Amino acid sequence: MGRVSAPSPVEVDPSLLDEEMTRADKPWVTLVWDDPVNLMSYVSYVFQKYFGYDKSKAERLMLQVHNEGKTVVSSGTREEMERDVQAMHEYGLWATMERSG
Amino acid sequence: MNGFVRHRASRRVIATFTGFEADLLRSLASQMVELLRNERAETHVPDDPFDAMVAEFSGAATIPDDPVLARLFPTAYPEDEDAAADFRRFTEGRLRDGKAAAAGLIIDTLEEAGLPPELTEDGLMIDVELEEPDAEAWLSAFTDIRLALATRLGVEADDEDYWMSLPDEDPRAQAHDIYDWVGYLQETLVEALND
Repeated sequence: MGRVSAPSPVEVDPSLLDEEMTRADKPWVTLVWDDPVNLMSYVSYVFQKYFGYDKSKAERLMLQVHNEGKTVVSSGTREEMERDVQAMHEYGLWATMERSG
Repeated sequence: MNGFVRHRASRRVIATFTGFEADLLRSLASQMVELLRNERAETHVPDDPFDAMVAEFSGAATIPDDPVLARLFPTAYPEDEDAAADFRRFTEGRLRDGKAAAAGLIIDTLEEAGLPPELTEDGLMIDVELEEPDAEAWLSAFTDIRLALATRLGVEADDEDYWMSLPDEDPRAQAHDIYDWVGYLQETLVEALND
């Protein structure tokens, strides 16, 4: 576990903070890859059920998988993405993870 | 054969199978359970008690030899062998158990609904009623069964013409018909759950 250290008084440009924080918070992504087996309706169902995406977002992501061969379905910490990849494998989707580019 | 529908009043997902269909589903689910259980049993257990204990707590780290299992448990980190091995070690056992339990639920549900150990009676009909969590387990198991059949058959995108061109008596054509049928069941099950 990390050591406890006193906060250092660093001056940060507040306009940079949000974007930098977001990027630092979500350094990993989960990718779902196209396969010839899984039904489009099922893939869309899984994205709604597991990620809580609404129908239109789930269908857009499903179509990106289908048409482009793969797409990013979620982003976050490494631990979060390992959970997401494991869940996709539970559902029988072909998922991998990598550092966000 | 009408597939699954959502029952309005109870909100359950229901389907009626002929005895033949229920028997076929049970057979597919049994093969899945066997596949998921078997290869694990073959895992080498070291002679040294400490190594054996460690082996018990950590699963296999390498890609399964069987292409079906390799598809069911994909490599999570394609470009990082060590991370991929760790991921597999920590997740594959639990994934196998979950998938085997889902396939086992299909068998149990069909038998509780009246499917006898050996199908002898003509005209037997099996009514299945599923609460939502069980319907979701069936849905995942259908996916696993379809992935297994497709991997064995070598199904590819847009290859319907090829399968249609095979003579009816070709066992691969028959297996592909079963694959299509499970796909139909799955499609109706997704629709019923969305209803």
